[in-house]
Amino acid sequence: MTARDQLIAAREMAAGARSRKRRRRIGVFGVFATLLTVGLAVLFFFPLFWALSSALKRPTELYVIPPIWWPASPQWQNFVEVGKVVPFYTYFKNTFVITILGMIGGVGSASLVGYGFSAFRFPGRNILFIIVLSTMILPGEVTLIPTFLIFNRLGWVNTFKPLIVPNYLGGGAFSIFLFRQFFSSIPKDLNDAAKIDGCSSFRFYWRILIPLSMPVVITLCILYFQFLWNDLMGPLIYLSSMEKYTISQGLLFMRTYFTGTVSRVGQPMDHLLMAGSVVAMLPVLIIFLALQRYFIKGVIMTGLKG
Amino acid sequence: MASTTALSKPKKPRLSRLARIEALWGYVYISPWIVGFVLLTLGPMLASLYLSFTNYEIPFTPKWTGLANYIRAIAQDELVPKAVGNTLYYVGLSVPLGLTASLLLAMLLDRKLPGRAVLRTVFYLPSIVPTVASTLLFVFLFNPDLGLINRWIYDVFGVRGPGWFKDMTWVKPTFVILALWGAGGATMIIFLAGLQNVPQELYEAAEVDGAGRLAKFICITLPMLSPTIFFNLITGIIGAFHIFTSAYVATGSDGGPMYASYFYVLHLFLNAFRYWKTGYAAALAWLLFLFVLVLTLIQFRFSKRWVYYESAAMAES
Repeated sequence: MTARDQLIAAREMAAGARSRKRRRRIGVFGVFATLLTVGLAVLFFFPLFWALSSALKRPTELYVIPPIWWPASPQWQNFVEVGKVVPFYTYFKNTFVITILGMIGGVGSASLVGYGFSAFRFPGRNILFIIVLSTMILPGEVTLIPTFLIFNRLGWVNTFKPLIVPNYLGGGAFSIFLFRQFFSSIPKDLNDAAKIDGCSSFRFYWRILIPLSMPVVITLCILYFQFLWNDLMGPLIYLSSMEKYTISQGLLFMRTYFTGTVSRVGQPMDHLLMAGSVVAMLPVLIIFLALQRYFIKGVIMTGLKG
Repeated sequence: MASTTALSKPKKPRLSRLARIEALWGYVYISPWIVGFVLLTLGPMLASLYLSFTNYEIPFTPKWTGLANYIRAIAQDELVPKAVGNTLYYVGLSVPLGLTASLLLAMLLDRKLPGRAVLRTVFYLPSIVPTVASTLLFVFLFNPDLGLINRWIYDVFGVRGPGWFKDMTWVKPTFVILALWGAGGATMIIFLAGLQNVPQELYEAAEVDGAGRLAKFICITLPMLSPTIFFNLITGIIGAFHIFTSAYVATGSDGGPMYASYFYVLHLFLNAFRYWKTGYAAALAWLLFLFVLVLTLIQFRFSKRWVYYESAAMAES
């Protein structure tokens, strides 16, 4: 064995020892980090678990000591009960109508506008697109009051229209931007070929572009659904009669209503409030669990614009 | 006549017939946005700017009062300093803590971990729960007398827990805790994507040089992540300034104990849609917009000192 070989061997041994040492160090740190992660996950999940467990309790089981983690006989009828105390499932239906119609309007019109900006040349295109982007920084409050005055003048207050119709007018700068970017990435040859075959521009949009951009469509549908389903300020401003309330308003109303009821009946109503909250969470949670991939993609896309 | 212009006046660059048809279709497709922009953005913007200089209380007609609304907001309305102070306190506490928590969660998940997808889901879930529902849940958990949290504090430490949403010193930190419950949401996912974009070779090179965990974090992770941190900081601050729903649900429109959770947007909302002081509310809205805009511009200016853009660095070298 030459001196050079010995040197190499020594170096390899040292490297081996180093990597073993490193692996052991990662081991201790890794176990700690994993335990921390799991502990935090339990902490993050617990409130959701507690909401469901409380929703299934009898009023007498709510505040006993020691706390009941899971009721012995889950009261599933609480979910029916909550609809009897207040028209909770009407609120659910109202929110559903607003959310679905708004979502269709938002995604539909944003994709059309995005198509207009990506596939057609027209004077002022770039300036108009810069205006689209600049509206992104404008907060809603600035336009809120005059918008209310307009809808008030139209007699739309206390209808669902102010919450639905604006979505049909472009669907927001970010969605337009996203569609335009995605459509621009599709080869222009495809459009030319379709044109030569006598395909109209709308047919091309509807039969070719939209199916190709399903990931963007689904992602934006999710973002719209989440936003419209969770919104409180919009309904607070526009919906005043009780039978038109959305689920967010309904929960808020239930809370004030129950505070009065508790003092009257002398027993807590928090199990019903939690049942209502669980029902309100359910659609978003189900969509999230089913389409998680698109949720994550959507978030990363919003991050990319910065 | 229009169809012959292209031929008869070749010197003026007019659009050909086909190009004009294309342009026409372009306008047709973007027309929903044009209508929306004029009716729901530009028009209302100008209208609210005008209204902010008037005394307008629905249903009376607006009367021009010049800067009176702005003077009132800055110098006379006692609730404005209160609301601004509360909001700044909330922003100042929730944004740094929220960013730290999100980054910590992202780093914990950015490792080889059994069941990583499930854990990521669990951290993400709270952030998509409707705000009204999550706030009610926290009001329930943090009930001073009966809630589980104070029960647990009593069992473990043998002391009475604080009043949380009902205590004027605790109410804002409680809103911060509620915000932190959502730290595993979008912000964390963006951090996670940022972490996964850091070139692995940098860590390997640092290890060869004998860098420890902390050194690697400070010298590689943080600089490489700085554009992501900057983005999350900007969006986080803008979002926190608009705190409304959780405050409205948890402590009501009266602004909590001793106005301790009376936030700016709540003040704006009440003036606009409860007291119908429309002109004044418009001025409040413009002040908020200008304040957040200036703050954002300042941050962009300062960002040159600490945000590291790899593409820019490469272009310079």
